[in-house]
Amino acid sequence: MAGYILRRLLQAIPVLLGTTFLIYFMVFAMPGDPLLALFGDKTPNPALLEQLRQQYHLDQPFIVQYFLYLGGIFRGDFGTSFSGEPVADILARTFPVTIRLAIMALIIEFVGGVLIGLVSGLRKGKLFDASALVVSLIFISLPIFVIAFVAQFIFGIQLGWARTTVSTGAPIQDLILPAFVLASITFAQLIRLTRASVIETQSLDFVRTAYSKGLSRRRIIPVHILRNSLIPVVTYAATDFGVLLVGATVTEGIFNVPGVGRTLYQAIIRGEGPTVVSFVTVMVLIYLVVNLVVDLLYGLLDPRIRYVK
Amino acid sequence: MSDPTTTAGAVRPLLEIKNLEVGFQTTDGIVPAVRGVDLTLMPGQTLAIVGESGSGKSTTAHAIINLLPGPGRITGGSILFDGEDLTKYSPKKMEEVRGRQIGFVPQDPMSNLNPVWSVGFQVEETIRANGIASGRKEVRAHAIQVLKEAGLADADKRLKQFPHQFSGGMRQRVLIGIGLSSRPKLLIADEPTSALDVTVQRRILDHLETLTRDIGTAVLFITHDLGLAAERAEQLVVMYKGKIVEAGPSKDILQNPVHPYTQRLVAAAPSLASRRIISATQQSATHSLGDLAYAPTTVTDGLDLIAAAEERIEHQPAVKRPDAIVVKDLTKVYKIRGQGKGSSGELIASDKVSFAVEKGTTTALVGESGSGKSTVAKMILRLEDPTSGSILIDGEDVAPLKGRALLSLRRRMQPVFQDPYGSLDPLRNIGNTIAEPLQVHKVGDRTERRDRVLELLDQVALPQSLITRYPNELSGGQRQRVAIARALALKPDIVVLDEAVSALDVLVQAQILKLLADLQSELELTYLFITHDLAVVRVIADNVCVMQKGRIVEAATTDQVFDSPQEQYTKELLNAIPGAGITLGV
Repeated sequence: MAGYILRRLLQAIPVLLGTTFLIYFMVFAMPGDPLLALFGDKTPNPALLEQLRQQYHLDQPFIVQYFLYLGGIFRGDFGTSFSGEPVADILARTFPVTIRLAIMALIIEFVGGVLIGLVSGLRKGKLFDASALVVSLIFISLPIFVIAFVAQFIFGIQLGWARTTVSTGAPIQDLILPAFVLASITFAQLIRLTRASVIETQSLDFVRTAYSKGLSRRRIIPVHILRNSLIPVVTYAATDFGVLLVGATVTEGIFNVPGVGRTLYQAIIRGEGPTVVSFVTVMVLIYLVVNLVVDLLYGLLDPRIRYVK
Repeated sequence: MSDPTTTAGAVRPLLEIKNLEVGFQTTDGIVPAVRGVDLTLMPGQTLAIVGESGSGKSTTAHAIINLLPGPGRITGGSILFDGEDLTKYSPKKMEEVRGRQIGFVPQDPMSNLNPVWSVGFQVEETIRANGIASGRKEVRAHAIQVLKEAGLADADKRLKQFPHQFSGGMRQRVLIGIGLSSRPKLLIADEPTSALDVTVQRRILDHLETLTRDIGTAVLFITHDLGLAAERAEQLVVMYKGKIVEAGPSKDILQNPVHPYTQRLVAAAPSLASRRIISATQQSATHSLGDLAYAPTTVTDGLDLIAAAEERIEHQPAVKRPDAIVVKDLTKVYKIRGQGKGSSGELIASDKVSFAVEKGTTTALVGESGSGKSTVAKMILRLEDPTSGSILIDGEDVAPLKGRALLSLRRRMQPVFQDPYGSLDPLRNIGNTIAEPLQVHKVGDRTERRDRVLELLDQVALPQSLITRYPNELSGGQRQRVAIARALALKPDIVVLDEAVSALDVLVQAQILKLLADLQSELELTYLFITHDLAVVRVIADNVCVMQKGRIVEAATTDQVFDSPQEQYTKELLNAIPGAGITLGV
C-alpha cells in the first residue's frame, strides 16, 4: 500500500514537468508584449521597460525563461507578479477560498445527489423519480451563469436570504449561495448516476438473498443496496472536485469571490507567465492528489481491489 | 377446505400449495409462469421439483417466500405453511417467516454473497435479524457454530475474510449455513450445487442431507437434474411450462415415467443414460445396445442418448488413422501474485500434458474447474502460448507459426465455447455471425457466402429464416447451434468444444450432442471435447483424458475408463455422477 502511494507520487513528477512546460509555452506564445500592455495608452520610459524586462527575464529565450522559473520553484520561489506581489502570497491568499468553495459545493452535490438518486432509484418510474428527472434536465441544460444570476436575484435581492456578493475573507455563510450554484453543474449527473447504480444493485442476487435471510427493507437499503451503489458514485463525485475548481472561475466572477478564478483570469489577460503557471501547477497537483485519494477510496469501498506495487 | 384440521394420528402437512398461479406483468398483460401448481410437503420430508429453465420451478420456490422478481405476482391459489396462508401475509409479517421459519439456499454462490461485506458480517446479521442471539460475543459464537456445522472447519479464522477469498464450494457452504442458521422448519434449496463441480456437489449435498436430517428440516429441492433429484429426494414433482406433469415417489417416476415429457427427460438425462449404457454393455455382448435400451423410441423424437452412443460405437474405425492433434509435454506456468506482502508464486496450469487425437475421433478432456483442461484447449487453439512442450496439428509443429500461416491454421481449427449467450455478438444478426469467418478469410463473394450460410443453417438443423434474426431472439439451444455453424463455416478438420453443452438444459443438450455426432460422421470431424461432466463423455467421446491439477492422471478409451477406472480420482468422479445408486428399469 505504501509502495503504491509512493509510486503514484513519483508518477506525478513527469506530469507536473510536462504541464508546467506546456502552460509556460502557451503563455509565451500569446501575441503581444505583456509589458507594453501593462502601460496601456501611456508611452513607457524605455529605461524602465528595459529594467522590467530584465527583472522578469523577458529578454531571455523561452527555454531559459522556463528553466529559470523552474529553478525558482525548487528554491521555493514562485516569482513575482507584475504588481510586485510574490506569487506565493497570491497563491496562499486565493487557494484556500476556492478550495473552501469547492468542498462546500462537493458536499452539497454529494449529499443531495445521493439522497435524491437513491429515492429515485428505489421508486423507479414513480412521481418522485419523474420530477427529479425533469428538474435535473433543466439544470443540465442551463448555463451556470444563468443559474447564478437567477439565484442572485431570487435569494439575494427578492428574498434577501443571502448576500449577492461575497465580502472580503469569504466567510462560510457568504459562500453558501455560490456553492449551491457551483454544485448545480455536476449535481444532475450525480443523481442520474446514483439512480442507475441503485436500480442495478437492487436486482442483484445478493439483495434477494438478503431478503430471504429475513432482513428488513430498512436494513437492506442502507447496508446492501446503498453501500454497494456508492462505489461508482464516490469515484465520480471525487473527480468532480477538479470540475468544480474550474467551474469556480465563472461563479467567482459573478459573486465577486476573491478566489483563484478571478486572479487567474487576470493573470492570463496580462500574460504573466510565472503567475499563470504557478496557479495551474497547484491545480494540477490538487487534481493528482484527488485522483490518488479516489483510487485509495475505491480500495476502501470495494475489498476486492488490490493495489499493485 | 382451507382448514387442514389434524385428525388424531395424522400429521399436518408443513407446506401445502393449492392451485398456485403466478404471472409476470408485462406491457402486453400478464404472462403466466406458474399455472395451477399443487404440492404437499410433510415435516422433515425432502421433495424435489425438476424441470428445465423456464418451467416455473424457481418461480414457484420464490412465490413461497414472496420474493418474486419485480413484475411477478401471485394471481391465484394459496400457499399454506403450517396451516397459515402465506399469500395473505403482509410484507412485515413475511419478514418474520423468511429466515426464521423458511430458510433459502440460492443457486449461484458467486453472486449471492455481498462482495463488500465480510462473510462473518453476513452470517451475523442473519442471526441478529432472526433473534437467534444478541450481544456481540454470542452472535459471533453462534456464527462460528453455524459455519462449522455447514462444513467450514476453520470458521473462526475466516470470519473476517471477504467472499472473493472463498472458493465456490466454500461460499455455498456459507450460504447453507445462513439458510439453516435459525433451524427453520423448511429449507428451500434452489439449484444449490449446479454451479459447482460434481465431486464438490456430492460432498455438499451429503452434508446438507445429514444436517437437515439432524435438525428435522423439510427440504424443497429445486433442480434441473433428474438423476440428482431422484438421488436426493423421496418425492419428485416434474414441472413443464408452468404445470406439474408428474408427481410421486422418486423411484417410481424414474423407473416408470408416465408422462411423455418425463419419459423424454429420463431418456435424455446424461447421468442416467451413461448408467444405462454401462449396464447395457456389461450385460451382454451378443445383444446390440438398442435391444437392451429402455424402449422410448416413440416418444423421444430421436433424442435418446443411447442411440447416439450406439451410433458412435458403430462408427468406430477398424483401422488406425493418422493423428490430427499430437500434444507433447505441454506445460503452461502462470506467474501469480501471492496473498501476502510482496510474495509471488507460480501456478502450473498444465504440467507436461501429452496425448494424441486420431483423425475423425473424439477425445474428451475431463476435470474439475482449475484442473487445466481449458488452458490446454487454449494452447492448442494458439490463444495462449505454451511455456514449453509442443503441439503438432496434422504432423506440423504450430509453435513457430505467425501471421498468414497462423491464420490458415485457425481456418483448420475452430472453437465452440460454453456460454451461448456470451459468445455471440448481440449486435450482429445470425447471417452475419456465421459469415464472419468467411469474410475474415476472404472466402467467396457475397452470394457464395450467403449460400454457404444457408447450407450451414441446414446442417445444424436451424430454419433458414433465422438468417436475419438477432441472438436475443433465440433460445440457448438455438444459439449454440449458431455457434456450431460458425465454427463449421470454414470447413475445419478440428473442432475444439470447450464445455459446449454444459450450459444447456438436458433435452437441448441431448439434441446438440446428437447433432455433433451426426456432423462428425458426415464431415469426418475431429473433436477435442472439454468438459467437467463425465456423464456427457460416455455419450460423445472415443477416448478420455482425466485431468487433475494440471496433469493427466488417466488416459484410456471411454469404455475402459467407465468399466474399469484405474485411478482413485477417476473413481471419485464416476461415483459423483448423480443417480449412480439408482436402479433403472433397464
